[in-house]
Amino acid sequence: MLRLTCPVCGATGEETEFHAGGEAHLKRFGPGSTDEDFRDYLFQRQNPRGVHFERWRHQYGCGKWFHVARCTQTLEVFGSYTAQTSTVPDHIQSAIKARRPDWEPAQ
Amino acid sequence: MFEPRTALQGAHFSGDITVTDAGLVGMIAIRGSLTDPALCAAVAEVTGHPVPATRKMSGDATDGLAWMSADELMLFCAYGDAPTVAARLVDALGDVHSMVSVLSDARAVIRLHGDVVREVLAKGAPVDLAPDQFAQGDIRRSRLGQVAVAFWMTGADSAELVCFRSVAGFVFEWLSTASQSGSAVGYFATPRR
Ligand SMILES: [Zn+2]
Repeated sequence: MLRLTCPVCGATGEETEFHAGGEAHLKRFGPGSTDEDFRDYLFQRQNPRGVHFERWRHQYGCGKWFHVARCTQTLEVFGSYTAQTSTVPDHIQSAIKARRPDWEPAQ
Repeated sequence: MFEPRTALQGAHFSGDITVTDAGLVGMIAIRGSLTDPALCAAVAEVTGHPVPATRKMSGDATDGLAWMSADELMLFCAYGDAPTVAARLVDALGDVHSMVSVLSDARAVIRLHGDVVREVLAKGAPVDLAPDQFAQGDIRRSRLGQVAVAFWMTGADSAELVCFRSVAGFVFEWLSTASQSGSAVGYFATPRR
């Protein structure tokens, strides 16, 4: 079971109060992009064992989207943060580093 | 003209707690930026309630103003007053970017009363209902069973709950089932040995 805290309203609940929105920080490839880039944008996803970034929505609560950094192996949640960013904030990176010293942010 | 009726038509259940249709309740959704001082001033002036902080509520379903999200409030008032109160809100808000809509007939309000009211809610909502974590003045939007609800305490042994009208029957039956006589868990209300 995952226990998530919504950074918008501060409520903590288990995962059934939320809705998973898939991998976070995707770069959109739209009109004018190559077929390969568009295909990868639509279909290719990371599926790591370990540190992962996801979009979640506070479905039954305030209704807002946000980001979560968590471990897919242990379900440990490193932190949740605003949806209004395309990069992982420093304080989340630090929280991950504290628990997973070997982890390096993807480029 | 039609005659207003609630989804539950006065339903009442009595078990470990009582579950009761609250009857016709005026409900007005107010959307806009809750950090906008102009919006807060206009809402406070018309409703008589200060704009509540995150996950807080002023008053109750008889006369209350509830936080719903970072950009949404719910005003509770007398059913018959809702249209005029909404019109006054629209006037007071003026050019403030906002939306006011009367939702009285789109929602249902249920009153819960009894010693184990916290336990009954805790059976279906992923919410910490310990008295020091969820007190009068707090509101929580969450789920009960499989559907969206919002609830708040109105006293030590009473709570109110609002849900979509379309699921009112389900929620009523869910609460009745979860409070069948003899089904109390004894976690919050009964002293543990
Ligand atoms: Zn939230």
